[in-house]
Amino acid sequence: MIKASKLTKIYKLEEVETVALSEVSFEIKKGEFVAIMGPSGSGKSTLMHILGALDLPTSGDYILDGESILNLNEDQLADIRNRKIGFIFQSYNLLPRTTALQNVMLPMSYAGIVKEKRLETAKKYLEMVGLSNRLNHTTNQLSGGQQQRVAIARALVMNPAILLADEPTGNIASTQANEIMKIFEDLNKQGHTIIMITHEADIANNAKRIIHIRDGKIEKDEKN
Amino acid sequence: MQDIFEIIIESLRILTLNKMRTGLAILGIVIGIGSVITLISLGQGSQKSIEAQIQSLGSNLLTVSPARQSSGGVMGQFGGGTSLVLADAKAIEDKLSETLVNKVSPEYSSRSQVVAGRNNTNVLVIGVYPQYSEIKKISMEKGVFISERDVASMTKVAVLGPTTAEDLFEDKNPIGKTIKVGNQSLRIIGVTASKGGTGFNNPDDMIYVPLTTAQKQIFGKTNLTSISIEAKSEEVMVQAQDEIGYLLLSQHKLNSPTEADFIIMSQSDLSNTVSQVTGTLTALLGGIAAISLLVGGIGIMNIMLVTVTERTREIGLRKALGAKKKTIITQFLIESILLTFTGGIIGMIFGIAASLLISKIMNIASAISLSSIILAIGVSSLIGIIFGLYPARKAANLQPIEALRYE
Repeated sequence: MIKASKLTKIYKLEEVETVALSEVSFEIKKGEFVAIMGPSGSGKSTLMHILGALDLPTSGDYILDGESILNLNEDQLADIRNRKIGFIFQSYNLLPRTTALQNVMLPMSYAGIVKEKRLETAKKYLEMVGLSNRLNHTTNQLSGGQQQRVAIARALVMNPAILLADEPTGNIASTQANEIMKIFEDLNKQGHTIIMITHEADIANNAKRIIHIRDGKIEKDEKN
Repeated sequence: MQDIFEIIIESLRILTLNKMRTGLAILGIVIGIGSVITLISLGQGSQKSIEAQIQSLGSNLLTVSPARQSSGGVMGQFGGGTSLVLADAKAIEDKLSETLVNKVSPEYSSRSQVVAGRNNTNVLVIGVYPQYSEIKKISMEKGVFISERDVASMTKVAVLGPTTAEDLFEDKNPIGKTIKVGNQSLRIIGVTASKGGTGFNNPDDMIYVPLTTAQKQIFGKTNLTSISIEAKSEEVMVQAQDEIGYLLLSQHKLNSPTEADFIIMSQSDLSNTVSQVTGTLTALLGGIAAISLLVGGIGIMNIMLVTVTERTREIGLRKALGAKKKTIITQFLIESILLTFTGGIIGMIFGIAASLLISKIMNIASAISLSSIILAIGVSSLIGIIFGLYPARKAANLQPIEALRYE
């Protein structure tokens, strides 16, 4: 499913080179639930951006679902993000003043799916995350946990190869965080591949495999 | 790719979220398009009415005016000199009336203050021969025009244009009343029928007196300010123009046409000159209005740039969810086109209303042409594209990670 080989990312700022990732290699198989853990500045965000096709590595290769994302142009990368990756962000990143339904429909409209199909699919996934009674609530009328559930529904609608969650519970009260983790576990049981980035050990413990990363290198890669 | 209709609905929703800002951005375009339409309509309207006025006099009318000088093809000062005299008019009538010329009308005109009771006005007083009314196709509403006898015996009579009559006597019948022009009292013998003229040298706003009365008793002059000549037909116009030229040169004892102290203009010369002047004026006014439109466009660009900056995170998110460059560009272009298009429509309505209102209040003709409306809508949409493209491209070129990190 995912094959990262010798991923290296070097940032150059005013002639000073900063190595954010240094020859990171790993494989993630279909149906895995992986947590990537590390302190801030460890390179886990950089890794997340590369895995999410938001950024390209300086060197090394990244194969997602059988396709190398190197040598792709911006629009091709946009297409990969649309079809193969479901993003769940720490700050939810829903469109403001827009209904839950419209937010969830957005990735499908970028894929050119007809409106009836979009509505039907969006409703189905919002129901799945337990928000069937909040379809037409706008973002600001929803609690943090509810917003994150909308974001999960949005990540799922394109039936992506991987779900990529960046500190998904970072902004949520702990009781609601547990609900979110429960949803993740259910999704994983249904066969979804999940990669979750976090710095909280108890959140990482929900995953079946934890990759520890520090100073741009893999420190530990263990089954949980 | 979302279909365009959905993007339009979405954009309308976004634009209505910030009504104040949207309204102010649109206002610039409203004023721009509105003033372009108003000024062009008024310009074209007065051009048309002046041309119609000139054409209504017929196409076989020649006008001789004095000029101080005419050298190297440069026209001398129009109406400046005192070179034309009654003998010139007589000579034209004597020598050319068998072959080329129908009627000759010598004229002396000057603006003067005119008093009638407590009312007074400043109008063009024109001393004429009876044939003036035939050449200029003036008909009478009341009374009679200046007669041969009036001219011969220098009677103190006057004929008023309808506008002047109303200014001086309001709705009373002016026939038989007297007016004071300079230090002469004149008895009113007639009022001409309205020709519906506008602007300068409006035939409805004139006082006609016998030529002799005007020259000797009112203004104390011996020269003429113009001679109007009706040629026998349109075909002989050029020949008549030439012959009159030679005749006047010999009358004035001048050797070559470059020394001519007069100008002979046909109606078509006159209407060409007027068209040129009013055309230039219309273009100038339109140009000034276009500048305000440009400023409006810059306002749109400014608002769109602010919008792009404000929505950096949103743009990043859209890209992360799979929006392609083209999609983002389309979205922002549609927003700016909607702004300018709406502004264009509102501006067009205001422009039409304003030009109708101004033409009513100031009695100026206005012509709202379909082409200026189409132009306004086209131009406003085009402004949306031109001034929206840079902000839209800026949005589309944002890197998704940078945009997502933006706070």
